[in-house]
Amino acid sequence: MSTPESGTEEDAFAVNDPSIRRMRRYGRIFLGLCMVAALVGIVALIALLYDVVSEAWGWVTWEFITHPPSMIVDHYNPSNYGDLPTGPGGIYPALVGSIYLIVFTAIFTLVLGVGAAIYLEEYAGDNRLTQLIEANIANLAGVPSIVYGLLGLALFVRAIGAGSSLIAGALTLTLLILPIVIVQTQEALRAVPDSMRQASYGAGATKWQTIRSVVLPEAIPGIMTGIILSLSRAIGETAPIIMVGAATSMFGPPNLTDPTGSFAAMPMQIFEWAKAPEAEFQHVAAAGIVVLLTVLLLMNAVAIYIRNKYDRRG
Amino acid sequence: MTANGPQTVASSESSGSATDAAMTDDAPLGSPRVDDAVIESRDLDVYYGDDQALHGINMDIPERKVTALIGPSGCGKSTFLRSINRMNDLIDIARVDGDLYFHGKDVYDDDVDPVALRRKIGMVFQKPNPFPKSIFDNVAYGLRVQGKDDGDVEKKVRTALERAALLDEVEDQLDSSGLDLSGGQQQRLCIARAIAPDPEVILMDEPASALDPVATSKIEDLVEELAEEYTVVIVTHNMQQAARISDKTAVFLTGGHLVEFDDTGKIFENPESDRVEDYITGKFG
Ligand SMILES: Nc1ncnc2c1ncn2[C@@H]1O[C@H](COP(=O)(O)OP(=O)(O)O)[C@@H](O)[C@H]1O
Ligand SMILES: [Mg+2]
Repeated sequence: MSTPESGTEEDAFAVNDPSIRRMRRYGRIFLGLCMVAALVGIVALIALLYDVVSEAWGWVTWEFITHPPSMIVDHYNPSNYGDLPTGPGGIYPALVGSIYLIVFTAIFTLVLGVGAAIYLEEYAGDNRLTQLIEANIANLAGVPSIVYGLLGLALFVRAIGAGSSLIAGALTLTLLILPIVIVQTQEALRAVPDSMRQASYGAGATKWQTIRSVVLPEAIPGIMTGIILSLSRAIGETAPIIMVGAATSMFGPPNLTDPTGSFAAMPMQIFEWAKAPEAEFQHVAAAGIVVLLTVLLLMNAVAIYIRNKYDRRG
Repeated sequence: MTANGPQTVASSESSGSATDAAMTDDAPLGSPRVDDAVIESRDLDVYYGDDQALHGINMDIPERKVTALIGPSGCGKSTFLRSINRMNDLIDIARVDGDLYFHGKDVYDDDVDPVALRRKIGMVFQKPNPFPKSIFDNVAYGLRVQGKDDGDVEKKVRTALERAALLDEVEDQLDSSGLDLSGGQQQRLCIARAIAPDPEVILMDEPASALDPVATSKIEDLVEELAEEYTVVIVTHNMQQAARISDKTAVFLTGGHLVEFDDTGKIFENPESDRVEDYITGKFG
């Protein structure tokens, strides 16, 4: 490697110092390793997407999105749509079920997660107890989702008597993502500069006025992105939904007037298709995954949009 | 927090030997008593954890005058300023001993609500800190949180901007963000925000230290004008600035001691303390 430093009149700077050259070489090796690591992830993701999309190619149709599932694989094949005695098969009830599930989870999470974070960050003093609580919240974020499913089964389905319902499912998913949402909301609150709070107190505001009119508006983009990203994780979760007892296949979307009625959700429906014996069901499952991924990507896009829209301070 | 209000009012009205005796070992040189005091600090100690930042501060702050607090950095000027409107309450480890009277009432008494106190004593900070809201909403903020937005908010906002010498520059952009203004304009916006709810006292912590000379001189002019209606306490590390704009000057020196307090002219021309003289003439600090 040529050294641009050479040629200066400063003899004090040794040109071609071997130890520096050695360090540069290590640096390049390290860079190479990092790039390989990054590539592995990207390549794996692309391969996965390619596999799913090519399986699903031609199977994701408007009929697929708007119709209830069928036991007969032929009903999903677009080339048969013309001569079916009944309507085509699709993912509609599970899609609507998943969207309802996410909406309810979002409401519960917003109230509980943001409330808890505001309490911990703005009100609770920095004592042993809050440190203990915060450490435990961080630990809870690492608990496997099936454990939350068991908890949801015992607590919401049985003890409270919500049954295998949308509400029980949403509460269970809320428990699952609550720790992450609390931690991310706390971070968003902490990122609000103290000078803003001081300006507010200095203007004669109470604590609540300061939180409501200054801290929350500043933190909301961060809070919303945190919640949406957590929700997009929750929408794909299967284990807790299985434990709570979501229906494998429903022929209509959940009935919102019956809070204990059963519901279907996309991950369960996809699982159901994937384990069916007929090989053609793999295409149906892949089509379901594409729909799920699309919802997920849309949610992430909304999160990014919100972050960019409100992030106007440089 | 032993003494109570009435006693202090009485003592501040007389200026005989009895009151001098009340000022104990920490009494600064000069004439720390004034006749028309709004704020009286008595043996005020402030601690951050185990570190004592202020030692027995005794001084009076006269009504509708500019009182400057000067001294090298770290000597406790900001700490003293924050103890006047109890902004130190927001610092977990800060602890205040002694008394600070506002109109004869010890603001550290149990029955004093710091929020109510801060509605009488506005504050402008060292770094301009407008909210990421519109210029209008910035100025209206104090009015709104204090419930003074029932009348003509628009008029109050314009009056405050006018008094802060900012109205001409922002008249037709009241809806644009306060963050889009220059640093000097932002600081005047913060001054407008502080005076909009019409407090009695305005505390300013080095309000011009982050600004260029032109913006600085605008703020200085403004401070002198504000003193016609408000009691102004201003921290500055710029001695020329203190000499130009203040009526009274308090000199804090290292360790959190108030060394001398007197008329500004006296402090800058003929201080009693040699250390103050050295500091003023730039021999240290
Ligand atoms: N929030 C704080 N926590 C701990 N110590 C502080 C805090 N603020 C100020 N101090 C200490 O108190 C002393 C006085 O500080 P300050 O009042 O800011 O001085 P000045 O405004 O004169 O520069 C300094 O030693 C400083 O380190
Ligand atoms: Mg300071």
